[in-house]
Amino acid sequence: MTRLDEILRPTPKGLYCPPGDFFIDPVRPVDRAVVTHGHADHARAGHGAVLATEETIAIMAARYGEDFTTSRQPAALGVSTAINGVEVTLIPAGHVLGSAQAVVEYAGKRLIASGDYKRRRDPTCVGFEVMSCDVFITEATFALPVFRHPDDRGEIDKLLASVRRFPERAHLVGAYALGKAQRIIRLLREAGYDETIYIHGAMQKLCDLYEAFGVALGPLAPATIASKAGAKNDFAGKIVVGPPSAFADKWARRFPEPVACFASGWMRVRARARQRGVELPLILSDHADWDELTDTVRDIQPQELWITHGREDALTRWAELEGVKARPLSLVGYEDEHD
Amino acid sequence: MRAFADLLERLVLTPQRNGKIRLLTEYFAATPDPDRGYALAAITRDLEIRSVKPAMLRAIIYDRMDEALFDLSYDYVGDLAETISLAWPSKAGANRAPELGEIVETLNAASRADGPKLVAGWLDAMDASGRWALLKLVTGGLRIGVSSRLAKTALAAFGDKPVTEIEELWHGLQIPYTDLFAWLEGKGEKPDAEKPGYFRPVMLAHPLEARDLDALDPDAFAAEWKWDGIRIQAVSEGGVRRLYSRTGDDIGAAFPDVVDALDLDAVMDGELLVYAPAKPPFAVRPFAELQKRLNRKTVSKKLLQTHPAFIRVYDLLSVDGEDLRAQRFEDRRARLEDLFTDGPRKRIDLSPVLNLQDKDALAAARAAPPDDAIEGLMLKRRASPYVPGRPKGEWWKWKRDPFLIDAVLMYAQRGHGKRSSFYSDYTFGVWTEEETLAPVGKAYFGFTDEELKQLDKFVREHTTDRFGPVRQVRAEPDFGLVLEVAFEGLNRSARHKSGVAMRFPRISRIRWDKPAGEADRLETLHAMLPGDASA
Repeated sequence: MTRLDEILRPTPKGLYCPPGDFFIDPVRPVDRAVVTHGHADHARAGHGAVLATEETIAIMAARYGEDFTTSRQPAALGVSTAINGVEVTLIPAGHVLGSAQAVVEYAGKRLIASGDYKRRRDPTCVGFEVMSCDVFITEATFALPVFRHPDDRGEIDKLLASVRRFPERAHLVGAYALGKAQRIIRLLREAGYDETIYIHGAMQKLCDLYEAFGVALGPLAPATIASKAGAKNDFAGKIVVGPPSAFADKWARRFPEPVACFASGWMRVRARARQRGVELPLILSDHADWDELTDTVRDIQPQELWITHGREDALTRWAELEGVKARPLSLVGYEDEHD
Repeated sequence: MRAFADLLERLVLTPQRNGKIRLLTEYFAATPDPDRGYALAAITRDLEIRSVKPAMLRAIIYDRMDEALFDLSYDYVGDLAETISLAWPSKAGANRAPELGEIVETLNAASRADGPKLVAGWLDAMDASGRWALLKLVTGGLRIGVSSRLAKTALAAFGDKPVTEIEELWHGLQIPYTDLFAWLEGKGEKPDAEKPGYFRPVMLAHPLEARDLDALDPDAFAAEWKWDGIRIQAVSEGGVRRLYSRTGDDIGAAFPDVVDALDLDAVMDGELLVYAPAKPPFAVRPFAELQKRLNRKTVSKKLLQTHPAFIRVYDLLSVDGEDLRAQRFEDRRARLEDLFTDGPRKRIDLSPVLNLQDKDALAAARAAPPDDAIEGLMLKRRASPYVPGRPKGEWWKWKRDPFLIDAVLMYAQRGHGKRSSFYSDYTFGVWTEEETLAPVGKAYFGFTDEELKQLDKFVREHTTDRFGPVRQVRAEPDFGLVLEVAFEGLNRSARHKSGVAMRFPRISRIRWDKPAGEADRLETLHAMLPGDASA
């Protein structure tokens, strides 16, 4: 009988499938890669072949250029592809646009590498699909019982209330360029905010791409200054979305008395917010929180739970209490801060 | 409780003073009695609440969840109250969330054993932010960056009254301050301030600038030393003894030795200092020694022996029930001296009036004071009544010139609020015998906006390493940026590797011209240290 770790195993380059001779989300260039989603630590340039959803392939092309891989293999959700006798099927993960879990079937066993995922509704991508399996490979970014993300709408209301309260100041919302930024913009639209939202130059391409895939983002404009004189006031009372790194940068100086907001699951912990000088923390994450992680394991009831990047200790302990066989994979190269 | 939790949450993350005042006034306006009063008392740390010990909190959380999972969480978060508030697994069907007043009153009426049970029940009824506020409240760990002075300033803004009126009233008030809020909202009488032992708002001095000196008539002024301690008001009347800071905070509990000595009926203005126990009274010790007795709720026996405190008085506001504040300074002074005809009292002595006839003599005295604990001169108009606040032209403080050193920029940290995109907090060092730099201080003001841009540019262009929001800057004998740093004094410090700590350091000039290797050396700083009178 084929052992489970003969079908998928951790290696320094990423999760490897020996019978299929492919890697899932490899962190270094390989001949054949299956990519779960477009975040830079999962989707890297320079592979021989990339199997991913159409959206993920488009995201990689937008970020790395059209020649990011030699051969593209767009796969529709739910449709299997055979790679050297191993069946690979992508099913939705609910993380960002195009994100998928990789279902790997071989010798009567089913293993699911879920990549990054969340369970709550996200208006910019397809929701997580539960599928039974022998091995469920989960992330553990927020795998501590202190991480319980509140309702998105409450966080968006906090932002809108602050905008009303400080009409003379610009609200700078730090959000990762892929996924989080578009989700916030979309959530603001759902909350009835129809004014122009200003975006950092680094986000333009990805916002255009989301629009092209049917995610309506409403009126957006670059956060650039039209004229030198009195330019700062252009942004009074406005919402500006940019990558978090830009807020430490000279770029942020163009805004009047900015209110520093940061949209991240880490914002749950006050010390994190204070360290970053965040005035308005928005607890919005594209990763599963503690309850979502544990609910998912209970929903799927895998024979084994394999845990990748994050706080694997706590999830391993929880699995032990639940009587679920669990093992940390200690994969390297995935960014903890990426949320 | 919801509103109180929101308030704390916002206060913790709002760096600007005006922002904090605005949050407080909005809260006072929107919250009914008695909750707003209890909130105010919690913020000024005047609230007495039956505390729940951290060990009890651990016990109630261990009762609800796996210990190992909680410990992993605590390791990550690093704050007990916050970890419990976030990890607390709520039970379904809990009661409505309690109001702040209800929590305070119920807890104070309960037995010690019931405290943790009550807290557990409330935790079930609240969200994470409410739980955090509750736990901070019952563990007495409400550190939210609001001083009692700031809270009073917010009250003044809320009621459109001068802050001195609030200070004057403050110690006659009872929690939850219902009469105070009624008065501030124009719905009630001004609460009676003049209960025995009340605080009189203090009279303050202006710094003496060159043009003020030119216009000064030396004959009209009395000169005193400006002592390097803290300004206090010692009140003893009708059997009530209090020691107030200059903003009206009662600090008596930390200074029982001084309060004991107030065996007269008077209200005195003076400087709180510590002296060397082995020497004849009262050999003043450096400010750093006084600091060991500040910001404490109580004081140990040992500290009372090694760091005895006393008051050096310079003004008399009231004596035997007679209010002297409307009288001339020199008349008050004469009455003050009458209290010391037999020499220094126990733990109180008199700050001398100096016999200095002209401006040259004043300048000479200021430049070379006879004691390290003197930081300059006070000049008081002989005819001045005692008026709260900072009346123009009545009292002057003429501080000694600051110390100056040339130091090398070593690290820079990003600022907050408006400065969050600038590296605006600078750590600088001086050369040691090993020819390495020892950090000696940190400064974040003293430069213009234009200079800030230049400094920021320098930091960005010469970064050698990064640690979170901090950048290490290239600093070598042949390359580095020299900052001329001004400071008011130097203390010995065991906490700093360099062995020294600066008081009020600021950047006085940027020495773009000066080679880093020619910056000052640590020996130079050590030579500037004051002698400790006890040593």
